[in-house]
Formats: sequence, structure tokens, C-alpha cells
Amino acid sequence: MKLTLHVWRQKNAASQGKMERYEVEANEHMSFLEMLDVLNEELIGKGQEPVAFDHDCREGICGSCGFVINGVAHGPMPGTTVCQLHMRHFKAGDELYLEPWRASAFPVVKDLVVDRGAFDRIIASGGYISASTGSAPDANAVPIPKKYADLSMDAAQCIGCGACVAACPNASASLFTSAKISHLGVLPQGEPERRERALRMVATATAEGFGNCTNIGECEAVCPKGIRLEFIARMNRDYIQASWLQRQESSAGGVG
Amino acid sequence: MSTATTALAGKAARDVRFLDSTIGKKVVMAITGVILVGFVIGHLLGNLQVYQGPHALDVYAEKLKSLPPLLWGTRIVLLISVGLHIWSAVTLAGLQKRARPVGYVKLKPVTSTYASRTMYWSGPILALFIVYHLLHFTTGQAHPQFVEGKVHQNLVLGFQNPLVSASYILAMLMLGMHLYHGVWSMFQTVGVNHPKYTPMLKKLAAAVSAFLVIGNISIPISVLAGVIK
Ligand code: HEM
Ligand code: FES
Repeated sequence: MKLTLHVWRQKNAASQGKMERYEVEANEHMSFLEMLDVLNEELIGKGQEPVAFDHDCREGICGSCGFVINGVAHGPMPGTTVCQLHMRHFKAGDELYLEPWRASAFPVVKDLVVDRGAFDRIIASGGYISASTGSAPDANAVPIPKKYADLSMDAAQCIGCGACVAACPNASASLFTSAKISHLGVLPQGEPERRERALRMVATATAEGFGNCTNIGECEAVCPKGIRLEFIARMNRDYIQASWLQRQESSAGGVG
Repeated sequence: MSTATTALAGKAARDVRFLDSTIGKKVVMAITGVILVGFVIGHLLGNLQVYQGPHALDVYAEKLKSLPPLLWGTRIVLLISVGLHIWSAVTLAGLQKRARPVGYVKLKPVTSTYASRTMYWSGPILALFIVYHLLHFTTGQAHPQFVEGKVHQNLVLGFQNPLVSASYILAMLMLGMHLYHGVWSMFQTVGVNHPKYTPMLKKLAAAVSAFLVIGNISIPISVLAGVIK
């Protein structure tokens, strides 16, 4: 099938980019990225610069890939990363617009590749548990009711691809941040630092230049891993409690 | 705002930081929003007395004016609420502009409602309407036949002008849109989201909006149709 692509081409972070038009011959068994591989082979053959896009696992689990296809992050199929999106969902003659995630916190590195280092810095500011773990504990040494284990696992599905930011009209990182806060916070191991974690990670997201949440829900709709708005409410709850209930450290107990 | 790694320095610093944060500002918006929603519901219930004949509204207005602490208490709370609501909207809007300086060539919303995406339009339009509404029916500068205390007559003469009625109807549609998103959004903002309750809250938002739009719009329409004289 013949497709027309309009692809955002940008040499590097400092240069101005623009949309360029390409024609490509794909078949329905290809993944979207394989279709771009075909385009790139052609471009290289013609001595032109191939289209840069991020990818690694190509099986929807690493979070590397992702760009906007016809105005929807990761394209038209719900719950699917672009590497797992197949060409059978498109038809001959389709005209597709490919654009990088757009957010000031995700500067374009080249073409469809953006720098998502801001996500790493949000995690570094609180997305951990500072208990000494020793060797791996027995699986069920800490009993955790199934519903909390499930909730934590649902949040832990987040692969940090950035589609939530890309789809949000405010370029907010709330869905990502809330998933990273929640998958730890619902478990007993994450409970002691729950409040401090919310304070730090929310503050970092704002400092990185992400917008605020207006409860629009586009993030949830494009998330390849089904992270829910429920986690944003949970983050808000943690944050509100943290702001109002936080205590200062004190040596009165004799441990100062 | 820098990352919050330092120990919290006293209650004042904590309050400032809360109000500095995006979540804190949204909480302010939600709390002031709830006050405003409560008011617009009460305001409509009071105004529906217009259907009880030409004197009911005048008597009702008289009663409110005879209770200055209630009247002024309400006015002050409302003024502060609107002020804070707009303050958080304006500061957050600035943040959003900075967060996405370059937009998309193609953008296709997947699930979001039109109402949710236009909060930053419906809100400011409501603010303009509130100013006009006060000048029209409360202080009278925007009402050519205004007579102090003749509430029913002011209302009927005002709405007999189709342009005036049209602007009220338009404003109420904006209010309906604002609250269609706002009334469930404020729960989400303060952390209430549960698979059991959130669908109900969305229905509640739709019901509140429908009640306010239909109830309020019925008044200018009834005047134009000659039902209220
Ligand atoms: C009758 C007057 C008004 C009422 C009853 C009202 C009510 C509400 C409610 C309940 C919310 C939801 C709060 C949340 O999501 O946390 C909201 C949000 C909002 N309101 Fe209003 N509002 C009114 C007037 C205004 C005005 C005058 C503005 C003008 C600047 C405005 C701008 C906004 C904005 C920008 C939001 C944010 C939407 C979001 O974050 O989802 N509102 N309002
Ligand atoms: S390449 Fe790993 S998720 Fe798409």
C-alpha cells in the first residue's frame, strides 16, 4: 500500500524544523516502525538523511518509542505503542502526519526524537524507597492484600514513554508522575516516604516546565499501558496531605 | 520553584509553597468553584420565584436587603471566591503557555469533552458576564429603565430587549459548559476518584449544569414569550 507521510524534520535542538512530505510503499504486515525503516532505507539509498526516531525493544515494553500520528500520541489504536502499531490498521492512500512529542520540558533532539531526561529527574527526586533491602526478601514475607498489589502493579505498568505529556493540552506530566508516586505509595515499603515523595516529585515536575492538570483525560486515553486518572487523584491526595500534615524532624524522641 | 529537598520551614513557608504549586492552585480553584456553584444554585432557586407573580421577587429582594449581615457576608465571600478563582486560572494559564510553546500541526482529541478543553474560554466569558449582570440588574448603569427596588419590573423590561435576553442565554450556556466539566473536575482535583463514584459525579455534573441552564434560560424566554409580565 502506498502512503503519504508528512514528517517533522529537524536537524538538531538548535535548528528550526519543518514538515516534509514523503511517499512510501508499505505492506500490512509491517509494524509502523518497520514502515519507517523502509522509508529510511530509501532515503539512505538516495543519499539523504534518514528520519530519526527512538526505539529499542519494539515489543511495547521499554518506553523508548513514540510520536504523534495524525494528532494522536502513539497513533489510532488504544493501548498500543507505535512499535506495536501495525500497518493493517491503515489503508492505501492514507495521509499521515508524524510529529514529535511537543512540550518545553521535552526538547526535540532530532526529527521525532525528544529528550525525556525530565522524567528521569522527576523519578530521581523521589521515585524510590530508601530502605536497605539486603538480599532479595521472600516473595510473601510482607503480606499485601491482592487489591493493593493489583493497584500498585497497575501503576507500575507505566513505561515512561511520555505520550501522556504529548496528548495533554497543558503538557502536564501528571499521569506519569502520579503513576510513579502511586506504585510505591500503595505498598507498605513505600508508605513511610509517601508524603515527602509526593512533595518532591510534583515540585520537580513543575520545575522541569510541565503544565498543570485540568482533568481533561487525553493522557489516559492515549496511554499504551492503561494508567488511569485515578492515580492523579491519588497523587493530589498525597500532595494535599503532605502539604498540610508534614512535620519537621525533631530530636525530642532521643534519636536526634 | 526549586525542588523540595529542604526541610519545611514553618507553617507560613508551607502555605506559600502549597499555593505556589500547581496542585495547590487547583485546590483553590476547586474550593472557590464549589462556593460559586452553591451560590448559582441558590441564586436560581431564589429567582424561580419570578413565576409566583409580579410581587414575589420584590418581596424576596426586600427580605434579603433587610438582613445586611447575610447580604454583605455573602457578597464578600463571593467577591473573594471569584478573585481567587480567577487568580489561580490566570497563573495556571501562564504555566500552560510556557509548557507547550510549539503546538501540533495536527491535533485530534480522543476522549476529552469540548467543555473541558474550553474552560479557559468559558471562565473569562463568565467573568465578563458577571460584571455586565451586576451593572444591569444590581446597580442599574447598564439598564435604561432601571428603578431601584422594582426587581420584577426591571427584570421584565430588561428581558423584553431580545439582545439582552440573547446575551443572558449565551452566558448561561457558557455556565452550563463550565460546570459540565467543573463540577466533577473539582472532586478529581481534591483527590476524589473511585471507579464506583466518579461515573456518578459526572452524571451529577451534567444534572447540575442542565438544571442551571434550563432554569435560568427559562426566565428570559418566558419574558419574551409574554408568560412573565
Ligand atoms: C459563576 C461563576 C463560576 C463558577 C460557578 C465556576 C466553577 C468552577 C469549578 C467548579 C471549577 C472546577 C475546579 C477544578 O477543576 O478543580 C472551575 C474551574 C475553572 N474555572 Fe470556574 N467558575 C466560575 C467562574 C469562572 C470565571 C469567572 C473564570 C475566569 C477566569 C473561571 C475559570 C475557570 C478555569 C480556568 C477553571 C479550570 C478548569 C480546570 O482546571 O479544569 N471560572 N470553575
Ligand atoms: S520500542 Fe520499546 S516500547 Fe516501543
